Amino acid sequence: MKNDIILAGVGGQGILSIAAIIGHAAVQSGLYLKQAEVHGMSQRGGDVQSHLRLSSEEIASDLIPQGKADMVISVEPMESLRYLPFLSPDGWLITNTEPFINIPNYPDKEEVMKEIRKLPQHVALDAGAIAEEIGTKKAANVVILGAASPFIDIPLGKLEDAIRFLFGKKGDELVDMNLKALRAGREVAGNDAEKPFPR
Amino acid sequence: MQKLLLLGDEAIAQAGMDAGMSGIFAYPGTPSTEITEYVRSSPQAGKKGIVASWAANEKTAAEAALGMSYAGKRAMTAMKHVGLNVAADVFLNAAITGANGGLLFVVADDPSMHSSQNEQDSRVYGKFAMIPMLEPSNQQEAYDMVHLGFDISEQFGIPVMLRITTRLAHSRAGVVRKEQRAQNEFQLPEDLRQFILLPAIARKRYQKLLDNQQAFQQLSEESPYNTYMPGEDRSVGILACGLAYNYLMENYPDRKVPYPVAKISHYPLPHHHIEQLYNECYRILVLEEGYPVVEEMLKGFMNQDKEINGRLDGTLPRTGELNPNIVGKALGFLHENIGEVPGLVVKRPPSLCKGCPHIDSFLGLNEAIAEYGEGRVFSDIGCYTLSALPPYESINSCVDMGASITMAKGAADAGMRPAVAVIGDSTFTHSGMTGLLDAVNDKANITVVILDNATTGMTGGQPSAAFEKVEDICRGIGVEQEHIRVIKPLRKQHEENTRVFKEELAYEGVSVIIPRRECIQTLNKRMRQKFKDKAKKK
Repeated sequence: MKNDIILAGVGGQGILSIAAIIGHAAVQSGLYLKQAEVHGMSQRGGDVQSHLRLSSEEIASDLIPQGKADMVISVEPMESLRYLPFLSPDGWLITNTEPFINIPNYPDKEEVMKEIRKLPQHVALDAGAIAEEIGTKKAANVVILGAASPFIDIPLGKLEDAIRFLFGKKGDELVDMNLKALRAGREVAGNDAEKPFPR
Repeated sequence: MQKLLLLGDEAIAQAGMDAGMSGIFAYPGTPSTEITEYVRSSPQAGKKGIVASWAANEKTAAEAALGMSYAGKRAMTAMKHVGLNVAADVFLNAAITGANGGLLFVVADDPSMHSSQNEQDSRVYGKFAMIPMLEPSNQQEAYDMVHLGFDISEQFGIPVMLRITTRLAHSRAGVVRKEQRAQNEFQLPEDLRQFILLPAIARKRYQKLLDNQQAFQQLSEESPYNTYMPGEDRSVGILACGLAYNYLMENYPDRKVPYPVAKISHYPLPHHHIEQLYNECYRILVLEEGYPVVEEMLKGFMNQDKEINGRLDGTLPRTGELNPNIVGKALGFLHENIGEVPGLVVKRPPSLCKGCPHIDSFLGLNEAIAEYGEGRVFSDIGCYTLSALPPYESINSCVDMGASITMAKGAADAGMRPAVAVIGDSTFTHSGMTGLLDAVNDKANITVVILDNATTGMTGGQPSAAFEKVEDICRGIGVEQEHIRVIKPLRKQHEENTRVFKEELAYEGVSVIIPRRECIQTLNKRMRQKFKDKAKKK
């Protein structure tokens, strides 16, 4: 088993929380893991990515080779496209549709969506709106993780356990909110994807 | 033993604590910051009384580590590559004094300049100092090598360098811990003159360093971290240093490389592996992260009967970080079906945070200096360097820590009016104070803007050595009281602030303006904590 995942977004959008949840679940499942993060200058509102690699075998490189990622998970639509060179031809793109605009020349939102729809295997969802319905927009990143969860070779229960473990200190309310967000995202993936639940 | 999921930086920190380190001294700098952060937040460090100190700069940090080593205890100092420039004086001379308790210099290079102004390779420094050097290829090796480094340091009484790069520093993997070793007891050096580098003693100490070279070489030859893997296909022999080994293996999913491979993680270079590779193979491919250090050594100057491929002949790019694709290409693999980034995707450079006090400082400065024209503002290393980008475009230099003040002084001496320096509070106490003294002593005509956000912002909000001391320091250095102006960088005070900037720009002499408002990131963090504490009390 091997899952090579590119996590994408803008500094401060919470992609490292997604990485932490998957990472914890992977370690609890006895998998090998390598996860390269971006720290420093780019965290100030620049584009950030994390290479997350899970495998039943030992992993060599901290970086995923181009053309080999099983999925790109993005909390921002334009950022999802930045990492297409990494996506394998049969890989999945899972992205938020809500743009994060902190630059003057952000492209037309519809044109961005057109590029995303060109991909044969993609899941696109307005994670912020879904999270808001549950109660807090802050859980948008976990909604995205939920939408990606059918493509990750880790049982949903393990991801839920990881949320309980990582958010437990911050109170039951936050745990419940994030568990709801995870399930809501997963549901959307089931309804929207052209080839849902492939594994 | 327990397996932990750790960043390379964290693995080094954990290893230090497990290996009986009594203290770590550092100045924050990407990608090395998390080493000291980890020790500072570790309950293990608290329980064992391990010192974890943010120093004023890398030089003072390294000297404190050397002092701890003098007292017989194990000490670590950690820095980014350019930090070693600041600490170069103590680094090179510590190779001459030698160590008493184990002394480890951890240096994190930043190839591709993700968060740095150059991509200098610290292995050159290691060779310069003639000390043993370790370059881990993964997080486990990083952990294990801290133990080895301290052992070598104490066995030979010599500082040891551990060199990592950004990718390992900031990548997480499982690490198995070793058993914990107790800290050393206080123990003075046997020879109390060892650390007195008067010429007569220094010559002896230098000779000892030279005499030890053979022993360091022997360590490398026998090191478990330098290995030779035979291969059937001898058309090329591969020499893979540190992290580059992983990118090599990534290209062979079954992990079986058809060519002979020498994996190098312990310097000086081991002769026997490299000679074997050279003798067995038709040509050599050198894979190394950073400068072509090993490649140049192998190429030598004149005699060369075999081809050496690497960064110098274009087999690999001359600059930047390696990755599996670049290494794959050098091995002759074709990469097909690589998608393209759609043309509409634009760059998203980092920017000053919403609500950042620097924004208001630069808006005021920009307006005040407009009448003099462009090109008169020297700046420094920190978040405020981002003011070089639109929409502010306020500054004209960013060179090295503290250079804003001294460059402004030199330009003022050349007749430039006004000459402005913009520097952060933490950078000011790192390397700006001595420059300000030069300016005061020469009555230079400069305006120094010390942006005081009460933290070291770019690296994530470490305490600033300048905290609540900036005016006192300026006064002590000799800046006139009436030309030390504290302002509050807020939008509603823009007009008043601009007036202060204008007045001091017009002043003939050294003036200091201190825009003071807390970093928005640390403020938010503090507020969240306050809110949490309140909730707990209820």
